[in-house]
Amino acid sequence: MSHTHVELRRGAYADSVTLLQVSRTVAAGAGVEAAQVAMATDLNLDVLAGMGFAPPPDVTANDMVVALRLDDEAALAPALVAVDAALAASSRVAAGTVELAPPRTTGSALSRDANGGDVLALVSVPGPSAFVEAMDALDAGHDVMVFSDNVPLDQEVALKRTATERGLLVMGPDCGTAVVGGLGLGFANAVVPGPVGIVAASGTGCQQLMALLDHADLGVGSALGVGGRDLSADVGGLSTRESLRRLDDDPAIELIVVVSKPPAAEVAATIREYAATLGTPVEFALLGAGQPDLTAAAETVLARLGREVPDWPVWGEATARADGGGLLRGLFVGGTLCDEAMLVATQVIGPIRSNIPFSPELALGPDLDADAHLMIDFGDDTLTSGRAHPMIDPTLRLEHLAEVAADPRTGVLLLDVVLGHGAEDDPAASLAPAIARAACPVVVALVGTTSDPQGLSRQAEALSAAGAEVHLSNAAACCRALELIGGAR
Amino acid sequence: MTTPTRIVSAGAGLFADAIEAQAVPVSRVDWRPPMPGTEADLATVAADPLRRPANEQALAAMLGVQALLVDVAPASEVLGLHRGEFLHAGPPIGWETASGPLRGGLMAGAALEGLVDDPEMAVALFESGDGISLEPCHHRDTVGPMAGVVTPSMWMFVLEDPATGRRAHCSLNEGLGKVLRYGAYSPEVLDRLRWMSAVLGPVLQKAVRTSGPVDATGILTQMLQMGDEAHNRNRAGTLMLLRDLSPAMVDSGFPSADVAAALRFIGGNDHFFLNVAMPTCKLALDAARGIDGSTMVVAMARNGTEFGIQTSGTGDQWFTGPAQVADGLFLGDYGPDDANPDIGDSAITETAGIGGFAMATAPAIVRLVGGSVPDALATTRRMHEITLGENPRWSIPVLEFQGVPSGIDVSLVCRTGILPQINTGMAGKVAGVGQVGAGLVTPPAEIFPQALAQLAARARARSTT
Repeated sequence: MSHTHVELRRGAYADSVTLLQVSRTVAAGAGVEAAQVAMATDLNLDVLAGMGFAPPPDVTANDMVVALRLDDEAALAPALVAVDAALAASSRVAAGTVELAPPRTTGSALSRDANGGDVLALVSVPGPSAFVEAMDALDAGHDVMVFSDNVPLDQEVALKRTATERGLLVMGPDCGTAVVGGLGLGFANAVVPGPVGIVAASGTGCQQLMALLDHADLGVGSALGVGGRDLSADVGGLSTRESLRRLDDDPAIELIVVVSKPPAAEVAATIREYAATLGTPVEFALLGAGQPDLTAAAETVLARLGREVPDWPVWGEATARADGGGLLRGLFVGGTLCDEAMLVATQVIGPIRSNIPFSPELALGPDLDADAHLMIDFGDDTLTSGRAHPMIDPTLRLEHLAEVAADPRTGVLLLDVVLGHGAEDDPAASLAPAIARAACPVVVALVGTTSDPQGLSRQAEALSAAGAEVHLSNAAACCRALELIGGAR
Repeated sequence: MTTPTRIVSAGAGLFADAIEAQAVPVSRVDWRPPMPGTEADLATVAADPLRRPANEQALAAMLGVQALLVDVAPASEVLGLHRGEFLHAGPPIGWETASGPLRGGLMAGAALEGLVDDPEMAVALFESGDGISLEPCHHRDTVGPMAGVVTPSMWMFVLEDPATGRRAHCSLNEGLGKVLRYGAYSPEVLDRLRWMSAVLGPVLQKAVRTSGPVDATGILTQMLQMGDEAHNRNRAGTLMLLRDLSPAMVDSGFPSADVAAALRFIGGNDHFFLNVAMPTCKLALDAARGIDGSTMVVAMARNGTEFGIQTSGTGDQWFTGPAQVADGLFLGDYGPDDANPDIGDSAITETAGIGGFAMATAPAIVRLVGGSVPDALATTRRMHEITLGENPRWSIPVLEFQGVPSGIDVSLVCRTGILPQINTGMAGKVAGVGQVGAGLVTPPAEIFPQALAQLAARARARSTT
C-alpha cells in the first residue's frame, strides 16, 4: 500500500538545479517510488499534479514543496531524513567565522572584498530578478555576465546603456557561455589559449566554433558572449561593440570572429564600420539563409590564420530505415545548433516546423508535434521558464526522445550533445539507452573539446556504441541526417 | 584579456562549482527570491538614473551632520506649541484608534496642562475633540520615545546642525517604570513631570547656555565604543553628558538642593541620554529628506497601532502597517498578553544605524532583549545587507571598528527580505500600566513593498516626462 506525503516548507529556498539534484538523490533511496522537492512555481505545481500529488493550498512561488510517494509509511522517516541531508549538503557555508553569514546580494558580495583585482560578476538568478543583481555589479564598477534568460528587453537595454556610459561590459542576458582570459563561465568548453577572439550573440554557436578550432589545434584567447538580442535594432549592438574594443586591446588576439544570427541591417552597418577602425581584423560569421554555416566559418578562420583545415571527425555509422524515408526529427538543447540545422535542412527538404520557426506559420503548437519535418529547441525561453536548462536537466528532451524514437513516422533522429563546464556530467549515460531503443537511425552532433571534463572521445564512443553516428560538426551531422531520409545536397 | 581574479556568483551553484574547478575563487551570493510581487518595481527603481547619485547624496547628507545640544527650553517656546496641541509618536493617528499607552500618555498630558483636573476626565475631552489637536512629533521637527506625547509646558532638548541652523527636539527623559511615555498617568507621574518643568529643565537650560553647545554626535561616537547602542543602553552617554554639564549646573545659581536633585535624577536614569541620541539621529536623517530618486529610509516610527516609514524620495508620505508586539523579556509577572504593540519614535536610532543595528557593540544588554552575544554580532552584520554604507564616525570595536550599518535601502529590504532590527521597550497595553518589558521587534514587512511601489511610480513618471 503506497503512502503519499506532501509537505510545505514556507520561506525555504534553493535554486532549481540544486532541487533537481535533491529530488534525484531522494528518489534513489530505498522505499521511495517518486520524489519531487521543488519551489512551488506554477510550472512545478503542474509537474506535481502530473505526478499525482495534490499540491497544498495557499502556496506561493516562495515556498518549497516536498512531495514523496513511498512503498509504505515506514519509508517516510528515512526519506525525510534523506531530504534534509540532501538539502543540507547542497548549501555551502562560507569560510570564516560562524557569525559571518554569506552575502545576500551581488552588491554585498562585491563590497565585502574590496581588495581590488579583476572581479567579474556572474548572474544566473531567475530572469525577473537578474537586472537588479547585474546593476549591483555595474554600480560597483565591475563587468557582468548574465546567464539568466527571460529578462525583459527594456531591462537589457537599460543595463547595456548604463554599462556603455561607464566603460563596462555586460555579457548577456541569456549568455550561455563565455571564456574570459581562459576562464570558462556558464556552459564553457575547456579551450587552449590562442590567437582567436570570439564575440558571440549565440552560446552554442560559439561552442561549435570553439570545438572545431580546438580539433584543428587553434586556441581561443577569449570568447565574449553578448546575448542573442544584442545585434537587434532595440539593443543596437552595445555589448558587441564593447567586446570588440576589449578584444582589439588584447595583444594576444590576432583575429576576431563575430558569431551571430543575421543582425538588424542598420546595426550591422555600424558594427562593420566600427570593426573597420580596429587594428585587429574581424571575421563575421552571421548565420542566415545564403550564409556559410559555422563549420564553413571555422574553415575560413583557419585559412585566414594560415592553418590547415582538418577532416572533421565522425564516430560510428548510422543505417537508413529499410524504406529509406520518413520524417526528420531534430531534438536540440542548443538554440543556434537548432537554427543552423534548420538552415541546412531547409535548403534540401524545404520548410521545417519548429518552436523557434523561421516564419510564424511554421510554429509548433504546445504539443511540439506535427506531421512534417520538425526541429525543437529545448533551450528556448518558453521551455526553460521555471526549470533548469536542458544541458543540465535532460528530462524534458529524454521524454520527447522516447516518444519520437517510437513514432513510426520518424525517419531519422538528429540530436545535439554539448559538453563543457556546467553541462551534465555524463550526457551519454542518459542518452545511450534511449538511442539503443530507437527504431530509426540516430545522428548526433557532439560539441566539445578534447579538454572538456566529460571527455570528448569517451562521450563519442558511448554514443556510437549505442548505435548513433556522431559528428563534431553540426552542419555535417545535419547533412548526414538528410542523406539518411533520402534528401541529397 | 586577463583572467578574472575572483568571480561573484549569484544563482546556480553548479556554475560556481565549475569556476572553482578551474582554480578561480568564487564568492557565492546566498540569493533568495525577493518579497513577493516586487520584481518589476525593483527593476524600475534599479533602472532609475537618479537612484545612485540620490542615494549617495542622501547617505552623505546624513553622515555629514554634527548635532550640537544648544538649548533646553519649553515646547511652547521652541515649537510654538499651544494649549490643547498634543504631539505624539509615530505616523498620524486619532484618539479613536490610539492604543492604551498612547491614550494614557495623552491623558497625563491633558492633566499636566490643566485641561482636566483628573487624567480620567480627559477621556471625554479627547472623545469630543473640542479644542484638541493631535499631530506626529515628526511633523514638528521632533521625536518622542514610546507614546512620545509632548505638551506646551514640557521642556525640550534642542539639537542644532551648525552648518544649516536646522533644529530637532525631544522631551526630557523621565526614567523607567511608571512614566508618561509608557502610558502611566498616576499622581507620581504628574508630580515628576511638574518637577522636571519647574526644576530640571531650568537647571539644564542654564547649564547648556553657560557651558556652550555639547557635541551630541561626538558623545555618540564615544558611547558606541563604551558598550552603549544608544537605544536600550545609554549608560555611558548619560554619564558623559553629566560630566559635560555638571560643573555648569553646580554654578547655575539654583538652590543646591535643586541642583543635587537634578544631578541625582540624571545619574540615576541610565536612559537619560536616549532623548539626546534620538534628536541627534533625527537631525542627521532630516538632512537626507526630499531627494528625488533616493530609496533611503529617513524615518521609522510607531504610534502603538501602526508602524510607519518615510523615505527620502517620497516626501512626507507615510507607509504604514500594523505595529508588531516585541519578543523579549518581561518585568515581574507581566507576559506577552500584557504588551502593547510597538510604540515610539525611538526607532529613529535604528534608522540612523545605531540601536538594534549596533547591537554588536552592546553585549551587556543582549540578554535584556532576549538574545545572545553571537546573535548580536550576527544582527549588526545582517543589517549591512540592507544599508547603503557605513558611518565612519560611529564604529564598533569588536567588529574591527567597522562603521555602523547606515542608510536603510527600501530596495535592499525588498530584495533580501531582511527587516530592520529594532531594540525596544514594551509598554503595557492598558492605559496607566507603564513599562512591562523590553525586547526585539521588526517593522511589518508589507510597508517596504508599499514604499518601493511609490518610488517606482515616481521613477516611471519621471522617465515619461
